[in-house]
Amino acid sequence: MAAKSALLKSSLAKKYWMSLTGLFLILFLITHLAGNLVLLQAPEVAAPAFNEYTEFMTTFPLIKIISYVLYFSILFHAVDGILILSRENRNARPIQYAHSKPQNNSIWASRNMGVLGTAILVFIVLHMANFWFKYKFTELPMGAGDLPDMYGLVVASFQEGWYSAIYVVSMIILGFHLWHGFESSFQTLGLNHKKYTPVIKVIGKVYSVVVPALFAIIPIYLFLNS
Amino acid sequence: MKLTLKIWRQKNATAQGKMETYQVSDISEHMSFLEMMDVLNEQLIAEGKEPVAFDHDCREGICGSCSMYINGQPHGPRQATTTCQLHMREFNDGDTIYIEPWRAKAFPVMKDLVVDRSAFDRIIQSGGYVSVNTSGNTLDANAIPIPKEDADEAFNAATCIGCGACVAACKNASAMLFVSAKVSQLSLLPQGQVERKERVLNMVDQMDKEGFGNCTNTGACSVECPKEISLENIARMNRDYLAASVTK
Amino acid sequence: MTKLDSKIPEGPIAQKWEHHKSSINVVSPANKRLIDVIVVGSGLAGASAAASLAEMGYNVKNFCFQDSPRRAHSIAAQGGINAAKNYQNDGDSVYRLFYDTVKGGDYRAREANVYRLAEVSANIIDQCVAQGVPFAREYGGLLDNRSFGGVLVSRTFYAKGQTGQQLLLGAYSAMSRQINKGKIKMYNRHEMLDLVLVDGKARGIIARNLVTGEIERHGAHAVVLASGGYGNVFFLSTNAMGSNVTAAWRAHRRGAFFANPCFTQIHPTCMPRSGDYQSKLTLMSESLRNDGRIWVPKEEEDAQAIREGRLKPTDLPEEKRDYYLERRYPAFGNLVPRDVASRAAKERCDAGYGVNKTGEAVYLDFSSAIMRYGREQATVQKLDNPTDDQIRALGEKVVASKYGNLFEMYEKINAENPYKTPMMIYPAVHYTMGGLWVDYNLMTTIPGCFAAGEANFSDHGANRLGASALMQGLADGYFVLPYTIGDFLSHDIRTGPISTDSPEFEQAEKDVRQHLESLLNNKGSKSVDYFHKRLGKVMWDKVGMSRNEQGLKEALDEIRQIREEFYKDVFVPGSLDELNPELEKASRVADFLELGELFAKDALERTESCGGHFREESQTEEGEALRDDENFTFVSAWEWTGDPRESKLHKEELVFNDIELKQRSYK
Repeated sequence: MAAKSALLKSSLAKKYWMSLTGLFLILFLITHLAGNLVLLQAPEVAAPAFNEYTEFMTTFPLIKIISYVLYFSILFHAVDGILILSRENRNARPIQYAHSKPQNNSIWASRNMGVLGTAILVFIVLHMANFWFKYKFTELPMGAGDLPDMYGLVVASFQEGWYSAIYVVSMIILGFHLWHGFESSFQTLGLNHKKYTPVIKVIGKVYSVVVPALFAIIPIYLFLNS
Repeated sequence: MKLTLKIWRQKNATAQGKMETYQVSDISEHMSFLEMMDVLNEQLIAEGKEPVAFDHDCREGICGSCSMYINGQPHGPRQATTTCQLHMREFNDGDTIYIEPWRAKAFPVMKDLVVDRSAFDRIIQSGGYVSVNTSGNTLDANAIPIPKEDADEAFNAATCIGCGACVAACKNASAMLFVSAKVSQLSLLPQGQVERKERVLNMVDQMDKEGFGNCTNTGACSVECPKEISLENIARMNRDYLAASVTK
Repeated sequence: MTKLDSKIPEGPIAQKWEHHKSSINVVSPANKRLIDVIVVGSGLAGASAAASLAEMGYNVKNFCFQDSPRRAHSIAAQGGINAAKNYQNDGDSVYRLFYDTVKGGDYRAREANVYRLAEVSANIIDQCVAQGVPFAREYGGLLDNRSFGGVLVSRTFYAKGQTGQQLLLGAYSAMSRQINKGKIKMYNRHEMLDLVLVDGKARGIIARNLVTGEIERHGAHAVVLASGGYGNVFFLSTNAMGSNVTAAWRAHRRGAFFANPCFTQIHPTCMPRSGDYQSKLTLMSESLRNDGRIWVPKEEEDAQAIREGRLKPTDLPEEKRDYYLERRYPAFGNLVPRDVASRAAKERCDAGYGVNKTGEAVYLDFSSAIMRYGREQATVQKLDNPTDDQIRALGEKVVASKYGNLFEMYEKINAENPYKTPMMIYPAVHYTMGGLWVDYNLMTTIPGCFAAGEANFSDHGANRLGASALMQGLADGYFVLPYTIGDFLSHDIRTGPISTDSPEFEQAEKDVRQHLESLLNNKGSKSVDYFHKRLGKVMWDKVGMSRNEQGLKEALDEIRQIREEFYKDVFVPGSLDELNPELEKASRVADFLELGELFAKDALERTESCGGHFREESQTEEGEALRDDENFTFVSAWEWTGDPRESKLHKEELVFNDIELKQRSYK
């Protein structure tokens, strides 16, 4: 009886899906970052490379399929996390403590994944509206490499101080989300081992600092060079 | 020492409750926390008032009855300690101490600091056992050697006292540490293998029905657990459940 | 004395149980479904009995006053469980376990019962392992054993310092399985307040729902009382706060004889009390005496200086210490049985050598063991000229691996580091060997009312050996009662369900309600604890470790006096129809106040010393307990007459065919 709905409805299943989509997004971030780092090169190198990269990412069939998985993952991760899990978790304690000291038993990020995630979702919407939507649904002027000038759009955007600031803050938020989320996803899937778990934890901490930091450097760099 | 106590008072399961303030004096640092509560109750009785109801029994940290959320933490500030083994030397003269019941939808308050933890019993009833009848002809106890490491780990999981501090500490009121401790104990032993998949599926199913929250791996449960039950048990249960739900 | 038929089967002792099992009446599987059994208590005996009976097919109702059956006080047992497995190949056998138990009990137990206990002991371990109880194991994967006081073999199975917990959770899980199947109906937070007899047979109980306050009637074809011991009559004991005599006492008042109430075990290694507010005492496992040496200062002025904080125990040189157990009992030293060790500690403290502020504590010192283990380790690790500090550090590690959790517990409670300064210990009430009288079938003198575990009197005589309580509880519940109850129930296959509408149930409910209401309406001025503490003090001072005629006579009067005052002046707040812990306490203390008097009377009548019962008038020249086999080789079974003091004595003569009675000596 319990077995039938185990992979769909159980509390653990919801967590498995959170974990799997989360891990997928973590992988995606690396490829995303790899492309973005092009932007740190000199404009004459960066412009054609970045435009080609954009072109490749939006037309190559395999990437296209993966991109749908990505959209799904983002949506699922958000819906499952914010609408289902966070709501259920709030309902599990209808009356709050009058006096509570959770800081004595857990880290702040781990207790605020829903809030952090919501902030990241808002960021993703903003981010996609500005780049993905414009690229897909409006005519971008042609730029280096005889391709639509994504590079120009990016550089122009980050020359706005406030826009860069949003990106930097969002990456800090992402860092906190990953700080807990990375190792948590392994724990949820039961990928736990005396020997390897400490390694996973170190990788997780390094990842959650380095990746958002590199992402954040780009708008700072472009802003300062404007 | 003199203390100000802010305690949750609630007449019964349906009544509205609220925090009340009490003063106690002449508290010795050698008293246990519950002995301090005894002093308060004697004082209330002497004033013709209703004493504060709280669960307690063995007062040596093993029965799992006592359950107070003290100054923002289950079982108070000292780690690996139940309320009954917490001593007043952890506090200072003039302190204000907040005392609340476990808070969880699955643990409704019955009166004052007493909560209903029968959800834990129902989870065990759904599968926390090896289905063997009493028999005078069971296999000899030494027929199956068990690696000491596995036996010790099973024992560590089995030391759970079922107090519910894990649920009380968890921001989601999740019961994963409790459930996984029992699942782990039996899945680490050869005797538990026959029903391993069925057990984890049924116990998680019951846990979900009881209205506990989901695990977000904050680790608060294990930090506050008076028996220091490890988070590895949760990982093990996650693994077992995944395997069972894919193959069963 | 026809009423006391112990129903010991005929034949040689080794065949009695086999023969009995195959000759008593049994109930067919189809008929078991028609029969209801009530089990009161969910400790080792109650949980194992409930689970086994349900597995056999009976409809079981189990009652416990805790919020979950898993919390019964069996859970607090630390050391281990004995079984004659002979896994260590040290010559253990059923007979040896039987012999040790009878001797340890100072020859006041029933031979046939003890032999049966030893016989089924091995099955218990098999059963528990099959249930998934994680006993300690050796590196080869087989079960480990350790040894306990008073015996010469290693037969104790254990799970660190939490053996009781692991065994209880095993029984609890077996019970949970039957609850899930609907074969056991569980009544948590219910307290039995009376036994109901219909046509002279136990046919149900009156229980109070402790949450709603409702007084409920429950009918059944038989009632099993597994409600534990009555050590809390002393107020301070190692028992849980809720442990009480009420179920057993109400059965006694309905006609079940109460046997050997004065046989109480005072455990030598407990943490001393620190003040008047103290609510309970905490035991430190007997296993500590394997390595700890017990001492007090040789000179009274040193003891005084220590009490006043002017002198530290670690500063007192060897030659000024009195290792009194080693001095008095060179053969057994610190590992003498519990009753002997307790009395010796009291003797020293009474003489003025106590070492804490109250003057009631002796030292349990691990420094010799630490240095001994440290030197061993230094040799193993091939250290050249290790310093004392190095040796000590190595030794502390070894001691920590053996007793770490106990040392931590000590530190938590006393805020002293027992690795650096000796522990302070003092004896405390721990277990009661006495209880409801039962025959070989574990049936009390009320037909259909059975008693199992600590609640009955049967197996430990006047002193219980370490690690035998768990054995007895599970033996009764898993392997004895489920069979023997059939002999009674076989006559009930056509009885049909027991109606709770009969006048007997009505009357019993009325009595219970009246009693509780009278307590609530009393509107006196003193709390329940006030009376309980006074009772406890009289019990400890005059009916405690050492008893004499004058003290016991005084105790009889004082207890009666307290009881009368209790009914005049007790104040119980709250009402009947709510969760009311004070009312629960009041009803329990009311029964302790009656039991206490019978307890003192039993101690007064038994003018010999035996096991835990020490009459100052009956001792050897060296101050050891002196039995009087000619006049007291019997079980005292008391019949309720309406007044504890007027209880009527029935004697069950004890016949020893397989063991020769000897003076116990541990010198």
